[in-house]
Amino acid sequence: MSDQKPGFDTLAIHAGAKPDPATGARATPIYQTTSFVFDDAQHAADLFALRAFGNIYTRIMNPTQAVLEEKVAALEGGTAALATASGHSAQLIICHSLMRPGDEIVCARQLYGGSINAFNHSFKSFGWNVVWADIDDISSFEKAITPKTKAIFIESIANPGGRVTDMDAIAAIAKNAHVPLIVDNTLASPYLCRPIEHGANIVVESLTKFLGGHGNSMGGIIVDGGNFDWGKNKGQFPMLTEPNVSYNGVTMYETFGNIAFAITCRVLGLRDLGPAISPFNAFLILTGMETLSLRMQRHCDNALKVAEWLSSDPRVSWVSYAALPGDKDHDKQKKYAPKGAGAVFTFGLKGGYDAGVGTVSKVELLSHLANVGDTRSLIIHPASTTHSQLTPEQLEMAGAGADVVRLSVGIEDVADIIADLDQAMS
Amino acid sequence: MNHDVYEPAYIRQILEDVRTIAIVGASSNEARPSFFVTKYLVDKGYTVFPLNPGMAGKEICGRKVYASLGEVPEPIDMVDIFRNSEVAASFVDQALTLEPSPKVIWMQLTVRHDEAAAKAEAAGVRVVMNRCPKIEYGKLSGEWGWVGGNSGVISSKKQSLHGSGKMQSLGIVKQ
Repeated sequence: MSDQKPGFDTLAIHAGAKPDPATGARATPIYQTTSFVFDDAQHAADLFALRAFGNIYTRIMNPTQAVLEEKVAALEGGTAALATASGHSAQLIICHSLMRPGDEIVCARQLYGGSINAFNHSFKSFGWNVVWADIDDISSFEKAITPKTKAIFIESIANPGGRVTDMDAIAAIAKNAHVPLIVDNTLASPYLCRPIEHGANIVVESLTKFLGGHGNSMGGIIVDGGNFDWGKNKGQFPMLTEPNVSYNGVTMYETFGNIAFAITCRVLGLRDLGPAISPFNAFLILTGMETLSLRMQRHCDNALKVAEWLSSDPRVSWVSYAALPGDKDHDKQKKYAPKGAGAVFTFGLKGGYDAGVGTVSKVELLSHLANVGDTRSLIIHPASTTHSQLTPEQLEMAGAGADVVRLSVGIEDVADIIADLDQAMS
Repeated sequence: MNHDVYEPAYIRQILEDVRTIAIVGASSNEARPSFFVTKYLVDKGYTVFPLNPGMAGKEICGRKVYASLGEVPEPIDMVDIFRNSEVAASFVDQALTLEPSPKVIWMQLTVRHDEAAAKAEAAGVRVVMNRCPKIEYGKLSGEWGWVGGNSGVISSKKQSLHGSGKMQSLGIVKQ
């Protein structure tokens, strides 16, 4: 290409996706194979010892997956990426690379419920302890940091409430404490917000949502910002800075420089824990990503119209959507995600629990299910479904009170979405 | 010139121009980055001269090891420095006394000495600092993408395969 730096939409289509070197295929082929032959014994030995670039086994890497990884890395402005079977497995691999038993991770309270569960319960069995902080009190992050802290974890736009996090302020705290800032960018996608530009060191996303965008494939991604000095404090991140026995003494940071985190996640995390993405899912997600900008803008435009309509409806007590001028996060949204506040937000029904259950039962166009980021409009009543095991106090804390309905506004005609909500709420 | 950021075209021209590379601080320890890079550059078809006073006369990756730049029997196109920033300058000084002068002085990841670089550039030698030629070659050839790396390269042209197909090449043929 010319010297002009390619724009976001050009990257969404072309980054990582050169014509196939073997066949000239223009679309990225689906390399539906478990394994790759070696040229000779020396080539095999070089690959296994990380001395040569190349494919070994689809649990570690795959050419279709590689295109997906380079594309997301380019869109997020990172140095490298690793795709995984799901967003959750991406989180697991990140923490596995950073944490040892007894270590701590500081997390925003305002997270996707599934992440709260994972951090609170499953990660405990690895000896990884979560310390909660609150995006409405930035100093709570600073106070939560101890010598055992290995990372700070936040969402750029938080699920389910559509809350916008002040990333610059939290990045400054992370930098001061010299711990990496991990940002889950699932609800924003790199089209709306690029956390690395705001000081994030690692970006994690569920590809299942807006990047794939069509509700047909699970996937997750880890993006290495390439902007963290893993070796600054001796012994802080041993998996990156100490010779690795399972690779004959190779030291990841010294050998791989500013992609060392992504490589560590691949050759120590994915290799040993195993949650590889299917090549077919990688292909479907890649196809979805080519239209990311078009879909994301339409999601935002539709969501704003639905939020405005709900705000003026007498059956609705409140709407939490950061693109609404009166919203408490509106200034942050204009700073961090100026093109829109995304598709996912919550609102309250004056009729409480029964009205919530009634609305999700009566929808005919919207789909009642537990996902977000589909072309289709989705709706859920968290108190009776995803969060039904929580006490009333916990429901309030999680932003999932009895009256709360969550929407993921799709890209259908917005008049049809509003008409369906209107009849379902009555 | 600005040594914080390099245009891909600048790096590409260097990697296409040079044929002989002296590696200062080459190691025979197969877990060391300097071994990785030596092996990679040999495999890509460059004529590599490993330098390591403690190993002079022995071999690394089938290439005879020399004690110093002055002992290398052929003109050196590129001097690749695997030593820390403080001592890098003395190797730049030695390189600039070579006849003919090298075309390129390359300092590895974390190695940077702006004064030495300015001196080399004043003598007409191109300089790259705080980069790895294996990584840069990988980015330009497309191999970097195989491990999820962001190459920064966009193209609608089919990539060329090299030799048996195990390597994608910048066009440097193994001798």
